[in-house]
Amino acid sequence: MPRHALQFPPSFAASGRRVWSLVRKEARQIVRDPSSIAIGVVLPVILILLFGYGLSLDVKDVPVAVVLEDPSPDATELAAGFCLSPYFQAQLLTSMPQAKELMLDRRVDGIVRIRPDFARQLSLGQAEVQVLVHGTDANRARIIQGYAQEAVGQWTARRAAEGKDAAGGPVTVQQRLWFNDANDSSYFLVPGLIVLIMTLIGSLLTTLVMAREWERGTLEALFVTPVRAGEILLSKTIPYFALGLVGLTLCVLASSFLFHVPLRGSLGVLAGVSMLYLLVAVAMGLLISSVLKSQFEASMMTMLVTFMPATMLSGFLFDLRSVPAPVRLIAHALPARYFVTLLQTVFLAGDVWSVIVPNSAVLAGMAAALLLVTRATMRKRLV
Amino acid sequence: MLASMLRILALTRKELLALLKDPRGRFTLFIPPIVQCLLYGYVASYDLNDVPYAVVDQDHSAASCELLARLDGSGVFHRVASLDRAADVKSVIDQQRALLAIQIGQDFQRQLLAGGPADVQVIADGRNSNTAGVAMGYVGTIVEGFNAQWQADHGLPGPPIRVTTRAWYNPNLETRWSMIPSLIGTLTMMQTLLLTAMSVAREREQGTFDQLLVTPFRPAEIMAGKALPSMLVGTVQATTILLVAQLWFRIPFAGSLATLYAGLALFLLAAIGIGLLVSSLVATMQQAMLFTFVIMMPFTLLSGLATPISNMPQALQYLTLVNPLRYAIDISQRVYLEGTGLGRLLPDLWPLAVIAAVTLPVAAWMFRHRLE
Repeated sequence: MPRHALQFPPSFAASGRRVWSLVRKEARQIVRDPSSIAIGVVLPVILILLFGYGLSLDVKDVPVAVVLEDPSPDATELAAGFCLSPYFQAQLLTSMPQAKELMLDRRVDGIVRIRPDFARQLSLGQAEVQVLVHGTDANRARIIQGYAQEAVGQWTARRAAEGKDAAGGPVTVQQRLWFNDANDSSYFLVPGLIVLIMTLIGSLLTTLVMAREWERGTLEALFVTPVRAGEILLSKTIPYFALGLVGLTLCVLASSFLFHVPLRGSLGVLAGVSMLYLLVAVAMGLLISSVLKSQFEASMMTMLVTFMPATMLSGFLFDLRSVPAPVRLIAHALPARYFVTLLQTVFLAGDVWSVIVPNSAVLAGMAAALLLVTRATMRKRLV
Repeated sequence: MLASMLRILALTRKELLALLKDPRGRFTLFIPPIVQCLLYGYVASYDLNDVPYAVVDQDHSAASCELLARLDGSGVFHRVASLDRAADVKSVIDQQRALLAIQIGQDFQRQLLAGGPADVQVIADGRNSNTAGVAMGYVGTIVEGFNAQWQADHGLPGPPIRVTTRAWYNPNLETRWSMIPSLIGTLTMMQTLLLTAMSVAREREQGTFDQLLVTPFRPAEIMAGKALPSMLVGTVQATTILLVAQLWFRIPFAGSLATLYAGLALFLLAAIGIGLLVSSLVATMQQAMLFTFVIMMPFTLLSGLATPISNMPQALQYLTLVNPLRYAIDISQRVYLEGTGLGRLLPDLWPLAVIAAVTLPVAAWMFRHRLE
């Protein structure tokens, strides 16, 4: 009888039963292996806490040396402006060599120099304040330059209001930052972290588990059972997808309640696009492990094509508009970029369908393509 | 002593053979660092060279055209839309067609001629507030240029105070100059850590570790034999990245190579100590890999590579004190860009020495402990 039954296309119900029992087996394996739970649940929590608090591009309390070479009241007042500014932690010095020494030791990140003839030049309307910054961290240095300009600008504006000097420039720029009034970098870094964590759970965990099965030969053992390749694939996808959802929920909760990142889009859209990305991540893990099969190589490859790009090539930290075209092409071929755009939009801007629809479509296409290719590779191994 | 040295050398040779014998191994060892260095050299930058922007010019005057011409002529800004109504700004920004929108009110020129301040409103897409901040900074610079020109043309006095800025070590403040030297430590650490952790785990899993134990090798010698190859590979990788930085990206090297390599050697020792510690804790390759990734992530992200350490909360700043990468990045950046000597690097060097001095003996003890 069993031989006879095998010759017919297996019924849907039987297929479902097989998948279900494999899923149960896989789920048990996850629950009993503490390392999977560690990756799926403990790791996301630790990562989002550590990085949510740790990663910040908001520069404040910059240590600077203010070198006051002119003892006049005007110069002292300007120096006091730096000392009182919330952005600076100013040390008042009177000699330049002293300040240079501090800079060389990196005890300060910048020097504001008010020259001996400051007051005299100011009365002529052509005073100069020199700002030296430590350029080793270029981004920080640029922000510090901006702060210094602003501090001087505020001082001039105050004097202009008191009628002491001519007003500043004829055109003033009024800046407004949409979606992030407070200019808080955690608003875009925390959604970016969700991408990293989803990638880690989805791809790395799946890769490791699959490669282990290939290495131990347990997958080949599965092939001789009536289970078909597609069913194996499905039964591997479902549990890790579910584990990823747990991690996702934890991340979203943390970003809302701990880091107070506003969620301006709808929760449904957020869940939908995250599931799509999770599916892509799991599929990538499955494909890599079924091609490479060795745990070491598979995990190296996963790091290389999923995790590292998710950090560097996704727009999570670095804007992709400025990279050369070939590099941008690579970034566009990788799924993380689309998910970062989606998350930043859904969290900060709202349900902007003209962003959500095309990006989700790309992710869906990638998921489908990856799963089909994986299925084909797995089937080929059977022959 | 000599016999011990010879044994260590033999083991090193065997390890290197195992690493380099198959082409795939050679490939994963040396190609990824080069590719990553090139890729990140281009990507990892907070500088912008293409800012799409939209304009709402309600003035259409000579002055507003002049200001916009300055933006268009900057080479950085390119106009994607000229809008008639301020209400249209929302959709352009929402869809990410423009990073910023510049709005010039209808009495812009009138106010300018009247001598009063004329406002220009800049609205930026804050979804990535850092990018937005940089772009707004560029707008500010261009407006300053416009102001100076206007004041000169109309015989007005310039601003009473000029701020002149100068950046040491990186005159144009290019992020790439900061980023690539720090990759020397980052990329090397990833591979060294993994290599060390895996090499013991692989022997354990394949059972050859037990065979190694019945040879005349002492545990410390086995450890040294595992550490030395990683050290060599790490040094070669660091050199590769250094070459890419100088030959491809043409970032001028200000310091001395001897100082850089002295710092790197200490760093590699600390990284290998951590790798060996991981490998003494785990039983399988899979666990070794997971452990490595799990500790590598915080090491990388909390090292000052992407975001400065001084921006972190105090508690986390204390935590970064045990992160060898933090010191390595500081050393390579400062030696590379500033030409700092060993004396000034001491605050970076001694913590690395401490990390190595703690992790290596502990790992050795763990190895011995496991044997019994």
